[in-house]
Amino acid sequence: MTPDPTPDVLVAGGGTAALCAAISARRAGARVTLLEQAPRARRGGNTRHARNFRYAHDTANALSSGPYPAATFLADLQGVTEGGADPQLARRLVERSADLPAWLGGCGVALQPRAGGVLPPSRKTAFLLGGGTAMINALYAEAERLGVTIHYQYALEDPGLDGERVGRVGVRDPHGATLHLAPGALILCSGGPHANRDWLARHWGARAAGILNRGTPYSEGRALLRLLEQGAEPIGDPGRAHLVAIDGRSPVDDGGIVTRVRCMPAGIVVDSACRRFLDEGGDTASTRYARWGQRLIDCPDQVAYLVLDTPAWQSAPPSLYPPITAPTPEALAVRLGLDPAALVATLAAYNAAVRPGETPEDGHTEGLEPPKSGHARVLDTPPFAAYPMRPGITFGYQGLAVAPDTRVRLTRGGVATNLFAAGVAMQPNLIPRGYVSGLALAIGMVFGRIAGEEAANHVLN
Amino acid sequence: MSSTDPRAETRRVLAICNACGYCNGFCDVFESARLRPALTDTDLEHLAHLCHHCRNCLYACQYAPPHPFAVNVPRALTALRHHAYVRHAWPRPLARLLVHAPASALLVALATIVLVLGAVLTLVPHAVLFAAHQGPGAFYAVIPWGWMSLLAALPLGWSLLAVAVSLRRVWREGASAGEPPPGWRDWRGALADLVTLRNLRGGGPGCNDLDDRPSHWRRRLHHTLLLGLLGCLAATTIATVYHHLLGLQAPYPWWSLPVVLGTLGGLAMTVATLGLAWLTLRADPTPSTSASRGADAALLALLAAVALSGLALLGWRATAAMGVLLALHLATVIAFFLLIPYSKLVHGGYRALALLREAAARRRRIRRAAGDA
Repeated sequence: MTPDPTPDVLVAGGGTAALCAAISARRAGARVTLLEQAPRARRGGNTRHARNFRYAHDTANALSSGPYPAATFLADLQGVTEGGADPQLARRLVERSADLPAWLGGCGVALQPRAGGVLPPSRKTAFLLGGGTAMINALYAEAERLGVTIHYQYALEDPGLDGERVGRVGVRDPHGATLHLAPGALILCSGGPHANRDWLARHWGARAAGILNRGTPYSEGRALLRLLEQGAEPIGDPGRAHLVAIDGRSPVDDGGIVTRVRCMPAGIVVDSACRRFLDEGGDTASTRYARWGQRLIDCPDQVAYLVLDTPAWQSAPPSLYPPITAPTPEALAVRLGLDPAALVATLAAYNAAVRPGETPEDGHTEGLEPPKSGHARVLDTPPFAAYPMRPGITFGYQGLAVAPDTRVRLTRGGVATNLFAAGVAMQPNLIPRGYVSGLALAIGMVFGRIAGEEAANHVLN
Repeated sequence: MSSTDPRAETRRVLAICNACGYCNGFCDVFESARLRPALTDTDLEHLAHLCHHCRNCLYACQYAPPHPFAVNVPRALTALRHHAYVRHAWPRPLARLLVHAPASALLVALATIVLVLGAVLTLVPHAVLFAAHQGPGAFYAVIPWGWMSLLAALPLGWSLLAVAVSLRRVWREGASAGEPPPGWRDWRGALADLVTLRNLRGGGPGCNDLDDRPSHWRRRLHHTLLLGLLGCLAATTIATVYHHLLGLQAPYPWWSLPVVLGTLGGLAMTVATLGLAWLTLRADPTPSTSASRGADAALLALLAAVALSGLALLGWRATAAMGVLLALHLATVIAFFLLIPYSKLVHGGYRALALLREAAARRRRIRRAAGDA
């Protein structure tokens, strides 16, 4: 079946934002076509790897362990982005996040209650039962039930922005042929360009080769980049990205949540010259993943090694790959391809500087640069173990500037009349830097819904 | 899965699950696996028996095929369960019956039918066998009560012994050092889990019975089948009481307790076996194995044969066909009894033990957490 040549609303993308947009537009009465670039088995964009979303709520409830008032949510958002979030969009996000659990429930999405006793404690977010892929299945089922036409392996290539309107839209079909559609409105929900190797190389140079993509390989941002050429206004810094320290042995794409390396405070981290470069005990919160990711991109070959002794390794949380082990530091260095003498020297200097504290957390180094300010203990119990680490990209900080109704802004001023964007494609309006858990899903849900409503309203009225 | 020992693959996928944890709201398997990070052989077997095969964790999995990690937890645990059924079957030589479950069900059923029907045709005068019997003792005119009881009781007794030996072995093998015996609260917890099939609710919305959409059909049909079977068992038990204590001889009138329970039980079994067979045939095969689907189908066919022959006997008991139908029904029941330890039916005992062990472990955790606080 070939796509409807003149849908009321054309949604490009197949993740959270796209489905929320398609469902909202369809419920408002529009004829909706959704184009998902991935095959059905890999549908859902980066939402496949997501688990929870942030939402405002005034009391503790079945989903979250305490209140999260709108004002606190807003303050958190501005705090983590250093005041960079667009104030109007930020307010809309927070206000419209409150009814997300109920709205998702109406779409057949199951949320995981705290009562089971197996969730990590969270006051500010709600967890999807089974995670993002389960939600994606439910949203596709709801979209199909409502009569949204879904085409897999169809990619939006040319959004066809001409002046302030989208007219003829170029779409690549599963066989690579191009066809043209003339939708009443276009909603771009196909993510950012961070899985696009050419784009990464353009902005990160030789370092791009060392970056692994944590999410879907289909987030190539081709339509987004075309829109920037056609007069859409960019927002955010293309030279910055949210990077997380992940196991260097992970697949190039789609490694998701399990690839994170988590136990830096238990050991020391050295680069390929066996030099330490960051305080391993300084940050034990979940912010450490991104802190390490940012530093790894500037390491030689974008690689570093977390070195542990047996007690440290055995206290580590479960990992995707077992660590690389060896009976001595020298042998470990050989297995890692490092200079044995250099690793032994770094380890000896560290061990000599350790000053145990009253509790394990208080252990620290003296006279060592950089210091290890917490969790420092002598690493001397064989066998020794190491996790190779690389930066894993989650998303970039460049996207499409949008108005509060998600209409795409134009470089020449004003907004496009029938072009909307939601999700990661416009996320940098709200998160030009930093990140806290559950934001990306909330942005996809809230602005997907808004974009669907606005697009349907534009076409039908 | 290339090897015949599915433990390596199960260990591989559950290690990924332990690093992920997204599915821990579906059932008890994932939290239990997280608390058994070593994933020893006995850990894996416990988890395999704990899995109720709701399949949700496949369709929710970000690492399911075609992802290169190719995580397929329900398939791995299904393969391991089947492997464990075979490994623990007692006595060892009869484990082969479980390896080829469909052929075993067919052969055993055919053998019992040939033997019982053959015996009846040979030993019972045809004038008696093909007469329409009425009134008390009609069945026993064809097959004497003592013989009927003996033919049913011997295979049942043997099978219960075999099951008991296997269950005892599994319980001991899985016991960790210093593990206290389960208390009455644990038994109550496990019973509640069995009655509600809590682990077959997918955390609330239901199971992926056919595909990625949730449904409660498997859970409902399972218990319809179980209740039907229990109804038939109750009918037989009550009939025995009637016979021995009250001196009332079968056939009983249609409104009597044995007939009402047996009829309802037989109808429930028929409906449930057909429904479950439909699910087995229509369901996406990805989360199961061909061996497990064969074992499912074989058991369903056997149970359907028991139910349908019983209903036929009820329907035509006043006619000349009664004698043959009685022999047929008795033969299918004997086959069913014989195959209890060597068919998919063994899952019930192992699952109950896994739930009991899990209930005890859960209570110890809660008590420890309360002690820490």
